[in-house]
Amino acid sequence: MSRMLPIVLSASLLAAALYATPALAAKAAKPAGQAQTMAGDFGPPQGAPIEEKLVAPPGVPAPIHRNYPARVIVRMETRELVKEIADGVRYDFWTFNGSTPGPLIRVREGDTVELHLRNDPNSHMTHNIDMHAVMGPGGGAVSTATAPGHESVFTFKALRSGVFVYHCATPPVPMHIANGMYGLIVVEPPEGLPKADHEYYVMQGDFYTTGAYHAPGLQSFDMQKLLAEQPTYVLFNGREGSLTGDNALKSKVGDTVRLFVGNGGPNLVSSFHVIGAIFDDANVEGGTLVNHNVQTTLVPAGGATMVELSTPTPGTLLIVDHSITRAFMKGALGQISVSGPAQPAIYEKGPSTTFASKTERPVQKSVALSVGDQMADGKRVFSQICSACHQGNAMGLPGAFPPLAMSDYLNSDPKRAISIVLHGLSGKITVNSTGYESVMPALGPQLSDDEIANVLTYVLNNFNNKGGTIKASEVKAVRAAGPAK
Amino acid sequence: MPMISRQFAFVLMLLVSFAAKAADYVAIPAGQFESALAIAGHAAHLRLAAFSMRSEPVTNAEFLAFVKQHAEWRRGQVPSLLAGSSYLSQWQGPLEPGASILPDQPVTQVSWFAARAYCDSEQARLPNWYEWEYVSAADATRADARRDPARNQELLSAIQGASGNLPGVIGTGPANVYGVRDLNRLLWEWTGDYAAMFPNADARVPGSVANLALCGGSALAFADKNQYALMMRVAALTALRPADTASRVGFRCVRDPKGK
Repeated sequence: MSRMLPIVLSASLLAAALYATPALAAKAAKPAGQAQTMAGDFGPPQGAPIEEKLVAPPGVPAPIHRNYPARVIVRMETRELVKEIADGVRYDFWTFNGSTPGPLIRVREGDTVELHLRNDPNSHMTHNIDMHAVMGPGGGAVSTATAPGHESVFTFKALRSGVFVYHCATPPVPMHIANGMYGLIVVEPPEGLPKADHEYYVMQGDFYTTGAYHAPGLQSFDMQKLLAEQPTYVLFNGREGSLTGDNALKSKVGDTVRLFVGNGGPNLVSSFHVIGAIFDDANVEGGTLVNHNVQTTLVPAGGATMVELSTPTPGTLLIVDHSITRAFMKGALGQISVSGPAQPAIYEKGPSTTFASKTERPVQKSVALSVGDQMADGKRVFSQICSACHQGNAMGLPGAFPPLAMSDYLNSDPKRAISIVLHGLSGKITVNSTGYESVMPALGPQLSDDEIANVLTYVLNNFNNKGGTIKASEVKAVRAAGPAK
Repeated sequence: MPMISRQFAFVLMLLVSFAAKAADYVAIPAGQFESALAIAGHAAHLRLAAFSMRSEPVTNAEFLAFVKQHAEWRRGQVPSLLAGSSYLSQWQGPLEPGASILPDQPVTQVSWFAARAYCDSEQARLPNWYEWEYVSAADATRADARRDPARNQELLSAIQGASGNLPGVIGTGPANVYGVRDLNRLLWEWTGDYAAMFPNADARVPGSVANLALCGGSALAFADKNQYALMMRVAALTALRPADTASRVGFRCVRDPKGK
């Protein structure tokens, strides 16, 4: 074979020389700079250029119903601005278009994207953009280094469909990303995406502040925490509470929800999960491979996915990074609020029981503990059980778990708390003028009368609450009375 | 000034010093230095000759005095080849900075060409990058404080904490061991050789590899990857052409020893 090759080659060269038809000539010597035809290239852009209508996250531009390649003009501006990263905590974010993540860009495979990148004249830093949907050096970063008050333009053809990250790639790159400079570009396949009833945009990122989690006031970027890859916050959409409470994503019973999910990093890989849902479809790593019936999908730093889930029952679903400490201790928590009639055939809450009170526990002599002993035991129970949701500082999580600290709900009726701990609580309540709608499990089966009395006494006498004592005998009486009807 | 008598020159200098506080140049001794920038992937070991450097950046008052003397550098008169459209745009008029501009604050929105002309006017020049980096490595007690994470963090916090489009106040931090102030925290400063040091998509270097503009490129281009404040400075200069100006870019000058 190898010996034959020169003969074949020279023969074809001879043929080309003898019969130099235009077609052959074109094959033999392609003019410099002419792109070869390749997958995803449907020719030059057609029709009038289209101005991309960008919306703030978690919003998503409308699906594309177009059957030809177009020139799509995308206008972005980098801005540096101080915003809240959590209630009472401010941070100097670096952003695309003022939000973290930056707006989701939506184009069709084969489109020619003309990207205009402006840098706010008030910026301190140079910024640029590296788009993972680009096939070319730096993903555009080479062409877009933009000083404050300047604008850069670069053009690329979106040759591959998928969900891709974009980010700023100006040195120091980890700091530009850690400060919030990332977003997603969705390149739809030519035939478009299947219809979904709701589409939302969720992007995770890790943040490194000089102060501890929830330390109030303006926080600086912490370089040592970044190097150690130990973030203070792990967040969806750049702020704790950005997708909870009033900001929860919405769905209706029987609807489908599509989430475009990215992970800006800069460091952590996300174990993306929605508590109470199964991903009917998950586009593995944002590519064209679709997995089904997935509980948790990995989203690499600088990677993405697209998931679709059904919401057949009403209630609240929790969006988490199931590397779960991040959800409960660092802020990686969002909600999907599903409205509609109950569907008992699919999901039904059974009656609460008082099973434990009838079990043969070792007889607990209800010795009258000193206040000090009561507090010490209460502290243990609090840190082992309560703090998982209400947090170690008892401040709760915005939109999800109400605070026990300085809680008007608790202090106005401490006895009511006995029943809540014993029998659980669900439905809407208002704590410190904020509404909460979540589920507290019944802890009666798990905790003794003494333990409940101790932990309530501990909470009442800490976290700036008003004080007071709960006796084991009071707990016993409430337990005997059973849950309020 | 061969045409002017010494006496007259002395009087002129006095006048200038009344209009704008005369700049102090402090001595920077010769020394050895390792740059945070990599050359061919390795740290650059440098031997620097002695020079002197302005203790503070050039201020609005000083630059106003300069454009009063040199009409060709006034806004509206300077050719756009030498200073872009945002040149001194924060000033109310070509010769009136306006009430919001403090006279003793660093001047910004000046092009590299204008900065170079200014330094020339006081018998000085722009520092080259290594000279600038050498002096900026110092803090109040050490000639090279760059390995101290607390120092690096403090610089980042100061830079990120500064808000608004004008640089902060000169002299809120201590002078470094040489007596030089505010090299690291207020603004990005032009260096004479910046275009050669940080080749970008600049038309003057056609087809050159834009190392620093690339994500991975920056990891290759820095021998010391912990100098984030320095990287920001490199990025800031990389994005500029010599006629460009920016709200955070100003300058200071250096002088060679007499007789050189």
